[in-house]
This record gives sequence, C-alpha cells and structure tokens, in this order.
Amino acid sequence: MTLGEAVREALAEEMRRDSRVFICGEDIAEAGTVFKVLTGLVDEFGKERVLDTPISEAGFTGIAVGAAMTGMRPVVDIMFGDFSTLVMDQMVNQAAKVRYMSGGKCKVPMVMRATLGASRRSAAQHSQSLHAWFAHIPGLKVVLPSTPYDAKGLMKTAIRDDNPVVFFEDKMMYKLKGPVPAEDYTIPFGVADIKRVGTDITIIATSSMVQVALDAAKMLEEFDISAEVIDPRTVWPLDEKTLIESAKKTSRVIVVDEGYERYGVTAEIASVIAEGAFFSLEAPVKRIGAMHVPIPFSPPLEDATIPTERQVFGAAKALCG
Amino acid sequence: MTTVLDRSKAHSESDVQQWLRMYRQMLMIRLFEEQVNDLYTRALMPGLAHLYTGQEAVAVGICEALRLDDYITSTHRGHGHCLAKGAQLGAMFAELLGKEAGYCKGKGGSMHIADPDTGNLGANAIVGGSAGIATGAAFSAKRLNTGQVAVCFFGDGAMGQGLLYEVMNMAALWTLPVIYVCENNLYNEYTHNSETLAGDMLTRAVGFGVPGERIDGQEVRKVYATAKTMVARVRAGAGPAFLVCDTYRFHGHHVGDINREYYRSKQEEQQWKTERDPVKLMLDWLTTEKVANRAQLDQIQNEVKAEVEKAVQFAMAAPYPAVDRVAQDVYA
Repeated sequence: MTLGEAVREALAEEMRRDSRVFICGEDIAEAGTVFKVLTGLVDEFGKERVLDTPISEAGFTGIAVGAAMTGMRPVVDIMFGDFSTLVMDQMVNQAAKVRYMSGGKCKVPMVMRATLGASRRSAAQHSQSLHAWFAHIPGLKVVLPSTPYDAKGLMKTAIRDDNPVVFFEDKMMYKLKGPVPAEDYTIPFGVADIKRVGTDITIIATSSMVQVALDAAKMLEEFDISAEVIDPRTVWPLDEKTLIESAKKTSRVIVVDEGYERYGVTAEIASVIAEGAFFSLEAPVKRIGAMHVPIPFSPPLEDATIPTERQVFGAAKALCG
Repeated sequence: MTTVLDRSKAHSESDVQQWLRMYRQMLMIRLFEEQVNDLYTRALMPGLAHLYTGQEAVAVGICEALRLDDYITSTHRGHGHCLAKGAQLGAMFAELLGKEAGYCKGKGGSMHIADPDTGNLGANAIVGGSAGIATGAAFSAKRLNTGQVAVCFFGDGAMGQGLLYEVMNMAALWTLPVIYVCENNLYNEYTHNSETLAGDMLTRAVGFGVPGERIDGQEVRKVYATAKTMVARVRAGAGPAFLVCDTYRFHGHHVGDINREYYRSKQEEQQWKTERDPVKLMLDWLTTEKVANRAQLDQIQNEVKAEVEKAVQFAMAAPYPAVDRVAQDVYA
C-alpha cells in the first residue's frame, strides 16, 4: 500500500466508525485533492462529509475549529503546507488556545492535514516544510509520518485525539509503498520508532528524511559504521527518552529534518540530546536541515537546498572518523 | 415583592415580565461594568478591561431572542454578551480578577470568558477572530440537526477582517444558521470608522446573498423584536443573516483610554450619554408606559446592585489558582 492510500484508508475507516468525522478543503471531493490522496472518498461518504470549500483557508479552518468545539470531528485539508501562513490565527490563536483559555471547559478535536517537502520544482511558495512553526505552539500536536504503516496508524490516532493535531504529509512520499495490516490499529503519539538498529551513530530523522537517513546508513555500512535511524514520528509530543537513550548508546548524533535548520526541529532535538546525553557524546550533535534560502525553482539550485543521503553520509563519516 | 402594576394598558403579563427582565439584565451589565471600572482604577484588577457600557441593549436584546443552548461568540468587549447569555456575576468577577473560581479558572481573563453551559463559546481577543468559530458552531448545529443557531458578535472594527467575509460566504453557500451581529460603536479602537470603512456595511453582506438589517442598537425592544424575527428565520433554515446595531461605547477603548479628545469630542460623548443611553431609554419607556412604577424599578436597581456587590466580594475573597495549575488544561 502507498502512503497516500494509507492516509485515505485511515480517513475512510474513521469516517465509517464515527459519523462526526468529516473532511473539508479545496478540491477534495470529486478531484480527490491535487495529489489524488482522497480519490473515491466522496463516492462513499457524499459531498456533505467530503466537503469542497472555497479557496478560503482561514475561513474553513476557522469553521472547523468551531465545529470541533461543538461536537464534530473535522479534518481540514491544506493543500500545501506553505498555505499555513493563511490559517495561522485560526490554528495558533484559536484552536491551540481554546482549551487553556476556557480553563479546560472546551476542546478542539480537529486535524489539520498539510503537505510539506521540496524537490517538485514548485518554487518558494509550494515547497516549504513549516512544521516547526506548529511544534512551537503549546496546545498543538505535530505528526510527521515516514511510512504507510505509520501514516495510517498515526492518522487514526490524530482523528481520535481530543486536541488540534497538525499532520504533515510529504508530497514526494505519497507513492512510497510499505506493508499495512488489514486490521484496525493506532500508533500512540510521542513514541519514536527505531527504523534501523545500530551502534556507532544515531541519525534522528523525520518524514522523508527518514528514507534519506536509511540510505545514508546503508552507505555507512560499507565503511563498517553501524548507524541507528530513529524517527520521532511526532515532533510534539516528542519521545525524548528514546532519542536520549540512543544517543547515550552510540555517543554520536545527527539530526536531519527538511524544515529550515535555523530555529527549527533539528535545533530543538539537538538541544534535547545535548541536555540529556551530553556526557555520553563523543562529538557535538550535527544538524542537517534545509538551507536558509527561499526554495528556488531551478532544479540544480533546489537540489542544493535540501538534505541528501550523501550529505548525511559525509557528516556521519566525519563524526565517526 | 408586592408592587402594584398599572395594567390599564394592554400589556400582557409575559410582555411585562420580559421587559423587566431585559431592563434588569441591562442594568446588571451597567453596574457590573461600573464595578470593573472601579476595580481597575483602584488597581485591584490586572490586565485590560474593555467596558461594554453604552451597548447593553444589543447583547440583551439579542440574547433575549435566543435559547439557552444557542451559541454565541463574543469579543474583547465581551462582558455584556456573557452576562446577557446567562453567565453568573460571581464567576465573571472571579475570572476578571484571575481567580480559580472564575469561568476559566483564571486562565482566560476579561477577554476570554467562555461558558459552554450557556452556549458561550468564548470571548475572543482577536478582532473578528471568532467569526470562524461561530460559523463552525452553526455548521455543527445543522449537521447534528439540533435546531440551534449561532450568533457572532463583533464590532465595526472587525469589518476590516477578511475572515469575516470568507465565513459569511461559506455560511451562505451552505445555508448555515448563523447571525453576524455588528455592533457599530463608530470607533475601531481610537479611529473613527469613517477612516476605516469604505462603502456601506450592509451592502457587503448583500453581496453574499445574506439578508441584512441596520437598526438603532440603543432601543432594547427594537433590538429584541428584530432579533426575534431574524432568529426564527435562521432557525427555520433560511441561512445566515447580518445585523448592524448602531451603538456607542460610553467609555474609551479600554479603561485606561482616558484622554480621548483627539479622536472623539466630549460633546459627542455627552450627547450619547444623555440622549441615547439604552438603560435610561428603557427606564423612561417603562415609566411612561406605566409598565412599572418607580418603586418597582428602584427595587430592581437595589436588587441588582446588591447582587453585583455580593459578587465582587465573593471574587475578591476567592483564592488565586495554585501555581501548579499553570500547566494544566493545555491539552485535553
């Protein structure tokens, strides 16, 4: 099953299970989203539950917040994560704060799905990975699946969660295949997954960077370097314990994330490692994120801005050298 | 209480009770805000206070037309909406003072009072910020077939926010039971809306096919009568409506906004206060129409005053939340 299919299956199963769940967004019904992730859902659930909206991201996200507060369980589809800018007030000042501001009286059980990731030659306004913005905000949870299995299990957890959850899917991973069991399952938030066991170095990676890390690990193998690859799966809540334990075990850590490196997820995780495993480290934690430039259009330029397996391999080799 | 009413006029008992209830509610908001002003100026209240004084007829007239389970969303100037929808004075004051006994356990404060038990989904300190929430509540009401309506209160300042038009468009497309109530108090903070609003307010809704009406927001009976018709229509499935209530805030933008002659004259303020005070207008009408006699109205005043004073005392004496509560309620 592909990652896109896994997301769709999770949504379909949750919509069958709970009539309060609905999806809204731009071109999601007959069009099935621009990435065709939701193809077919409208046939089963109808246009009321797979609701095409005007191009009004703030508006329909705000409506989802209100609907969530009053008994529904909306899933909002934000076509490109870059359009997060348009929904920030609704997510940050409304959804994230309603619970706290009301002294625990109200809740906002909603999911905001968005895409992230560069390398589609879509330039600066359709390529960013802005998940760190949401992870910065108390009241939100932030999910980044890296496999079809994780995508399905995490999406189900997201829909059943009573809090606003922001769920980022990498556009380039929708066709990624992987095993997904037929039976119902969920994956708890805040539990990292060790994607590859190793002893010499820990590579902590998110979303599509997990594959980059795994490819780098394979290259490292040829040099007798055993890399452990860990995917936190949710950047908030963050499974600090698993990350710190691995760092203590291997004594070297690289953090790879497609968001901007500065003030981003790599910075946060690096500080978690520094605080939790400092005396076990053989070398400073190395961060690898997107370059601090707007994502360029021209293919060779764009390719230069995002982390690659060669880059991770090189950094790992240097750390282990 | 034994008071003799002059029922020589053709006022039904239920009308009389309703008018007196609306008068009492307006008076309660008025006295509540006077207390807030007092607490604030004596430095007993932390933070900011945006007083609703002068606009009482809007909240009271509209909420009188609502069911307890109908939804409202409110604004930074929200005390009046909360009280009119049924909030209790003690928990209101306690919230304003940051006490555990407040509506939000002290975590929201003046600008964020929410009380789901009375359908209040929360005051909102982002101008126009609750337009989505109110529309979403109407969306739920329609989907869950509950017969509820949602009222979104906002000021003329929110007419500058794009969100309002996005959700109004969707509410019209999807025939949602929501009423957008613009309290036009003429000022966006410290700026007269002649500098901020182009064209005509009502026409903006007309563009979405949303019927709109503009009324004198100082006459509570007028507000109620309009709201009653509008609510019935919206509840019956006619789709959203837009109501502009012309009103005036008697105080500044917030309590600390004292020297405000640079944006509005004392003369203008005085004129509204003497000629267009909604509480006084209702009082005069009740007296002229002989709905209630002086003694009865005095008694209402004394009762409300005592309730407000008692509530303040309760809130003043109430404890602050324990500091270890700070991290609670971030997540459900």
